[in-house]
Amino acid sequence: MKQYETVIGLEVHVELATKTKIFCGCSTAFGGAPNTHTCPVCTGMPGSLPVLNKQVVEYAIAVGLATNCEITRYCKFDRKNYFYPDNPQNYQISQLYLPICHDGYVEIDTPAGPKKVGIHEIHMEEDAGKLIHDEWEDCSLVDYNRSGVPLIEIVSEPDMRSADEVIAYLEKLRLIVQYLGASDCKLQEGSMRADVNLSVREVGSEKFGTRTEMKNLNSFKAIARAIEGERARQIELLEEGKSVIQETRRWDDNKEYSYAMRSKEDARDYRYFPDPDLVPVFISEEWLEKIKSAQPELRTEKMKRYKEEYDIPDYDIEIITGSKHMADLFEACVAICKQPKKVSNWLMVETMRLLKEQEMEPEEIRFSPQHLADLIMMVDKKEINSTVAKEVFAQMFDHDEDPTAYVEAHGLKSQNDAVELKKIVENIIAANPQSVEDYHNGKQKAIGFLVGQTMKATAGKADPGTVNQLLKQLL
Amino acid sequence: MSILSLTAVELSDKIKKGEIKVTQALDEVFAQIDAKEKQLNCYVTLEKEKAYAQAEEVQKKIDSGELTGPLAGVPFAIKDNMCTEGTLTTCSSKILENFVPTFTAEAVKNLEAAGAVIIGKTNMDEFAMGSTTETSYYGVTRNPHNPEHVPGGSSGGSAAAVAADECFAALGSDTGGSIRQPASFCGVVGMKPTYGTVSRYGLIAYGSSLDQIGPLTKDVRDCATILETIASHDSKDSTSIPRKDTDFTTALVDDVKGMRIGIPRDYFGEGLDPQVKEAVLAAAQVLKEKGAIVEEFDLSLVEYAIPTYYTIAAAEASSNLERFDGIKYGYRASEYEGLHHMYKKTRSEGFGPEVKRRIMLGSFVLSSGYYDAYYLKALRVKALIKKAFDEAFAKYDVILGPVAPTTAPKLGESLADPIKMYLGDIYTIAVNLAGLPGISLPCGKDEKGLPIGLQLIGDCFREKKLIRMAYSYEQSRGGRS
Repeated sequence: MKQYETVIGLEVHVELATKTKIFCGCSTAFGGAPNTHTCPVCTGMPGSLPVLNKQVVEYAIAVGLATNCEITRYCKFDRKNYFYPDNPQNYQISQLYLPICHDGYVEIDTPAGPKKVGIHEIHMEEDAGKLIHDEWEDCSLVDYNRSGVPLIEIVSEPDMRSADEVIAYLEKLRLIVQYLGASDCKLQEGSMRADVNLSVREVGSEKFGTRTEMKNLNSFKAIARAIEGERARQIELLEEGKSVIQETRRWDDNKEYSYAMRSKEDARDYRYFPDPDLVPVFISEEWLEKIKSAQPELRTEKMKRYKEEYDIPDYDIEIITGSKHMADLFEACVAICKQPKKVSNWLMVETMRLLKEQEMEPEEIRFSPQHLADLIMMVDKKEINSTVAKEVFAQMFDHDEDPTAYVEAHGLKSQNDAVELKKIVENIIAANPQSVEDYHNGKQKAIGFLVGQTMKATAGKADPGTVNQLLKQLL
Repeated sequence: MSILSLTAVELSDKIKKGEIKVTQALDEVFAQIDAKEKQLNCYVTLEKEKAYAQAEEVQKKIDSGELTGPLAGVPFAIKDNMCTEGTLTTCSSKILENFVPTFTAEAVKNLEAAGAVIIGKTNMDEFAMGSTTETSYYGVTRNPHNPEHVPGGSSGGSAAAVAADECFAALGSDTGGSIRQPASFCGVVGMKPTYGTVSRYGLIAYGSSLDQIGPLTKDVRDCATILETIASHDSKDSTSIPRKDTDFTTALVDDVKGMRIGIPRDYFGEGLDPQVKEAVLAAAQVLKEKGAIVEEFDLSLVEYAIPTYYTIAAAEASSNLERFDGIKYGYRASEYEGLHHMYKKTRSEGFGPEVKRRIMLGSFVLSSGYYDAYYLKALRVKALIKKAFDEAFAKYDVILGPVAPTTAPKLGESLADPIKMYLGDIYTIAVNLAGLPGISLPCGKDEKGLPIGLQLIGDCFREKKLIRMAYSYEQSRGGRS
């Protein structure tokens, strides 16, 4: 068999985190009853007109700047015409001729060292509504709550050569966008969607092969599997002397196979033209400067600062800054309790363990920085011991339980009253003469038994270290 | 003097003085509608009950001194392509036969806030595509001056309603002459303001980059007053322009001394009816005698205006009309198999032939492989036309010419030959392409007794010059015709 190289380019759609839609004042919030976040504009009522949401432009520019793009200072919106019921006007407002950002790159790490993946362009557009097929009634219903939610589409150059590079690129892009606060980038919820353009060619060939576009990829794992699957399918075709057809394919992750949706021959003619209802967007020097100066700290800068400011291990920094949400949580928590090392430990050990156990992403962490800080301070003050702390933390992790209230309600406060504790220890010594004797005979294990008995007597609320000391003293 | 012969401003004056009740004005108007409507068919929808209810409200506000404006209490007609909350809005198309908007167009809201009483929605060419009001799904409107003739279009219902005293004033929309040409054919005043002066929010789009709402009135004073009322900066319309100079009534001055008038030779060539030419040049002579400086010049590019217009307007229309698909509102074919068949049948049955022709034309000029050759080229010519006007307005305050090559044609004559109908727009469409204001006012009649219109064109934002000149000309003719 010949040696083949895979050539991959991505089209990534990111739903922007604006409060309102791109061309009207409707809410972008998830989960409203069908057609409750709608108005004449986003339902395509006759006579309605779009008005551009400025925040969308600012987010798009912020992403463009963070991905080293040129910003198009005079950009326009175009109409993409096609009939489908989820698209209330039967045209989508998008950008074809003058997209807002172009010619950028992001750098990814590969086994061969750092590599630049080119960004062809970033453009702004509106999302469509959602069709719901009612089998029972044999009809289709349409919900326009998502219609008009702002998107940016980030189109890469065909610079990637493997699934690993694709995942590295997507991870990088996701972090950049998350750090900018421009989107939460959740693949499962569809706030980040990637279409994969893939072709294969013989190693050493200058010419690109015929590419296919794959849709319906909603996790990094699915993307990796789809790339492997499509690569194998194309190579098989070529090896059989057949040719790859330029077409759009839909990936079925359960069957691990892609199906042809439409070929180039029946590609739609979208009849793009500038939208006459919108005026061109002119991005002035001042506006651009304002956006530049408002750019938040990105990951690389944050990692550098953590090293200088917090003195925690590189590995911890890597993990914590690997999620914007986790980094925010870390900083907010440190600001309250001033103990970076301890906060980092809770995140690195218990948090990561529970995340893994419950198959959750760091973005899904629910507990508040205040509650983690409270917990750390309670341990510091020896109000609870570390075993209790772990139990309380599990509650916090599940439903952001207030640790102070939980400890109070469940009577988990440490038995630290010295007089009280001394009485209990004296009782334990009196009740276990054999162990006392063993201890005096040099059996170190015996003290462990006595500590255990004391802990039992205090229902686990005493501090084991204190008990140990007290025992030694009294014996 | 009967109430119906009053202008809008005169009527409002008498209402505010307590001489006439708002409901009295409505009584007169609806009596006139009863008498004339069967023959003329100016309206698609009449809202008699709502109008009387609104009249009571307005009367109260006038009596309490809350409403003091120049249009308080005046019965108005609105072209049926402007959304009116709770009132059928059809664009004279079958596809919107049951469409009741949930909101009111900004321009209509502005009128209502000034105390106008909306009596109904006027007939038009389907989706404003046509020059005769014959493409309406709801029957033709006839010219009040001679029912064998068309009223012009597409705002034919509004123009005829004003001419036949079936209302005191009306709103129309003008994409390529749709206010000015029917005003000319019906012997009333009609004005298309500078693009961006009146909000398009709630105007069902035909050619978005060309559409503007404007008044159709009995005289120039009404025209200026209504324009002053409906002009507003609207944040809901991205193409709306904030203007501080919309006090148009201040331009109602009978003085044209020193004003420079340019007469484009290109507007007086082949195809222009000699009687129209004579009347228009006579009007120029009147203005000259009143002290204006009149000069002939070559505007150039006039012959490119029609293909440019039909390319751009059809392209925009083909996209604007995509939303009429039977899914969300309006007509839906009763039987179909699957989604695409439903789209096809709904649109085939819902649109008339002229609308289909323009959708096909527009889809063609935007399709891949033809975009550059047609649409993009048309945009370039549009820019050149604007430049030609810029050069003209460096020399002249106002450009004077005819509105249309002929007076109103007979019913049925135009539809037989669409190309001829398109050519009839030659003097009006360049104004839309360049975004300029233009006014049409009566300047005589032909031997058949059909009105002839005079068109004055101004530079962007120079409506006041047009109003001043139109008013002066009207005064020299002894007021309204």
